[in-house]
Amino acid sequence: MTAELVRGQNHPLSQVRLEVRISAGKPVVAGATLSDEQGKIRGVEWVAHPGAPTLPGLEVSKQAAADHRLAFDLDALPEHVHRVSVLLALPSGVGGPVRFGAVAAPFVAVTGLDGAEVASYTVTGLDAESAVVAMELYRRQGAWKVRAVGQGYAGGLAELLADQGLPEAQQLAGSINEAVARGMARSVAAPPPRTADADRSRQAASSAPGADQPYPGPQGAPGTVTPPQSPYDTPGPQGSATPGQGYPSGTTPPDPSAVTQPSASVGGGINYTHPGRQTAAPPPPAPTAPPAEPGRPAQPVAGDATGWSMDERLYNQVWGMFEDLARTTAAYRSAVDFADSRMEKELDQVLSDPRSRIGGQGDAAREAARARHAQLVDQAREALDRDLAQLVAESEVVEPALPTAYARWDNPVWHGYRVPMEIPMALRLGDLSLPESERLSIPMLLRLPLERGLWIDSGRTSADGGLADADELRRLAMDTAVALAARLLAVYPVGEFTVHVIDPAGSGASSLAPLTQSGVLDVPPAVGAAGVSEVLARLTQRVDLVQMAIRGGASDSLPPGFDTAEQLLIVNDFPHGFDDRAVTQLRYLADEGPAVGVHLMMVADREDAAAYGPLLDPLWRSLMRLTPVADDHLADPWVGHAWTYEPTLVPPGSQVLQQVLAQVAAARRPWNR
Amino acid sequence: MTVNMTKGQAISLQKNDGGTLTAVRMGLGWQAAPRRGLFGSRTREIDLDASAVLFADKQPVDVVFFRHLVSDDGSVRHTGDNLVGGAGQGGDDESILVDLQRIPVHIDQIVFTVNSFTGQTFQEVQNAFCRLVDETNGQELARYTLAGGGQYTAQIMAKVHRAGAGWQMTALGTPANGRTFQDLMPAILPHL
Repeated sequence: MTAELVRGQNHPLSQVRLEVRISAGKPVVAGATLSDEQGKIRGVEWVAHPGAPTLPGLEVSKQAAADHRLAFDLDALPEHVHRVSVLLALPSGVGGPVRFGAVAAPFVAVTGLDGAEVASYTVTGLDAESAVVAMELYRRQGAWKVRAVGQGYAGGLAELLADQGLPEAQQLAGSINEAVARGMARSVAAPPPRTADADRSRQAASSAPGADQPYPGPQGAPGTVTPPQSPYDTPGPQGSATPGQGYPSGTTPPDPSAVTQPSASVGGGINYTHPGRQTAAPPPPAPTAPPAEPGRPAQPVAGDATGWSMDERLYNQVWGMFEDLARTTAAYRSAVDFADSRMEKELDQVLSDPRSRIGGQGDAAREAARARHAQLVDQAREALDRDLAQLVAESEVVEPALPTAYARWDNPVWHGYRVPMEIPMALRLGDLSLPESERLSIPMLLRLPLERGLWIDSGRTSADGGLADADELRRLAMDTAVALAARLLAVYPVGEFTVHVIDPAGSGASSLAPLTQSGVLDVPPAVGAAGVSEVLARLTQRVDLVQMAIRGGASDSLPPGFDTAEQLLIVNDFPHGFDDRAVTQLRYLADEGPAVGVHLMMVADREDAAAYGPLLDPLWRSLMRLTPVADDHLADPWVGHAWTYEPTLVPPGSQVLQQVLAQVAAARRPWNR
Repeated sequence: MTVNMTKGQAISLQKNDGGTLTAVRMGLGWQAAPRRGLFGSRTREIDLDASAVLFADKQPVDVVFFRHLVSDDGSVRHTGDNLVGGAGQGGDDESILVDLQRIPVHIDQIVFTVNSFTGQTFQEVQNAFCRLVDETNGQELARYTLAGGGQYTAQIMAKVHRAGAGWQMTALGTPANGRTFQDLMPAILPHL
């Protein structure tokens, strides 16, 4: 049905509400110009471009992209518009290709609203041109037609617009290019091809300026740590583009009477960007995943998900991998279940069929049933393995790119640790895996701030098989708690996270050493019944105070010197040293604390509190249970598989925890005084 | 290009260029009941629901409908329940997306159904249609007009089933009665 047009050919249009789809392989600017019966653009308001994307009856994209869908309602166009030209231009000053000869021939199609193509045209034969009129829609005897044009301009947009009689062509071209450059800085895409190192220094830079950085702006990013790594970071408008970018006359002084957008600085003298915010701009847009070879999955890229920051993109990507693994495993399990039940049914049939008792018929039938079973399971396994391989490949690029809050302790990113300026989106609590996928574990990321307390279960679990003895388990549980608390301290900015410890019998002292020795605790762990009640009373009072302030709408009238940091209370050996009053306070903290930034981390064996009977069940239920050894007790939100959780512990012999905590402590010292 | 399918007609989901389809979408659209103000209005909204039932050897394995929007394996997704219908201009009000390449190996048939949850028969619904679309290019593969379809509250629309290495679609177009897909199960089974 589609008419494939050649240059100059036209085709009638039966609809007036249309879309024009453009695909170019590389980001291009798409726009449209209106012109009257003389073929003249009457003014800048007759040009739809990324800086002014909407005109009555048509809309174009706000930014450069490899694919565009422009919407047209030809009936809504002004009466005296006789022609709409669809134009494409290469974005200039952003480091991409500067001539259409260097990119694949753009493909332009007119489609109805249902997506059915009416006419299409491939703009071939371009070389040094950087702007092209691809198609035009025009009135002919009361009806609309489309014509393939393909007229290119080596002088870029300015020449194209001037050719259509627009006096302000030069200025408008400048402002279009600037709008595109701005759109590129805003757009969300994967980072440039990574050496992971480059990315990490970026991450570190955008999250951890030292006190000596010159511009600790609200975005928290220093201006001088990272040199611009991408041409898109280049400050200043496109006017500073080198000659030969397609509109060499960009140095012409602007005609003040013709400037339509005050922000459009043509000629590139003044840099309006805030000096401290250069690297605070969103990460540069960069090639998303390279196009896949047909029939093969795309090469994975870290950060290949939506989000406003690299942090968020990686978070979303990890959750995407989590869901994919859950679903592909569900498909596999469902297929295997089906194969099992089918084989069982077939074997039953063989058994109940009297004929099968004669001769080898029964054996043959049984054999056939088993073969069918094996064949289906093999197919299912093949599909699973294919998906796993893809996820493993993705995991291999994602893991090294993770920022500290998401990274394992053995990730080198921790060695370049700097105290952050912003709270990260999430925190890695450990790894999740399924029995079908030993090779692959998914980071378990929990959103910050915490919404519920944590419970590190030091009791026996189903999976440890009795290997670890009780004392060993308690020590591991405490190690896990300390590693998590240290991680929280490290990823929060200075002064925004405080850890309290209750260790009534002092049994956790060795595990707590990294916290106590580095000086990140304001007060040493509380011991004895007196210590327990003192800490609990302090935190209870705090929760009460903040709640009162919030309810009274006077959250800014908290007493001076009030510590606004989030509070984490680690409780070891519960209920040792707890009287009934203390237990009640603890439950109050578990219920009311999270909303006002007071969180519990219980390191406990439920059996120890068995004397309370079911009274404490709601407490345990309100906490997120983690285990110090691998255990399958966590369910995913989509299918509900039982996932094996494994905590992230510091590798044996590694000093990374001590090093990180030393930095945190050093940063806290001036803060606390 | 649209095929207005007749009952029982089978089309192979091969593209014109020989490639097989990779993703199809079932779209359902209907016109909302006319409104006469919000207060005191006793207009009965019309709620049609699209569902997809996944079968392995005539055993239902999974269902995608408004209470379970994504099949466990992730290959079939419902884009969300629409309770009132649209403008009746031909746009889909509910869609079910099927990624044919990701369907688990044991699933051999997927049956698409339409139900009137609020109980109006198709005679009372304006401009109701359902269609199958090649999701990769938006081309319509098949379309049924439901409106004026008689005193029925449900229709078993089509099934997509494995044929060799690819998939085939068979138009069923069987009218039935029922509020959700569960009520239709007896009517579906003979078509498997």
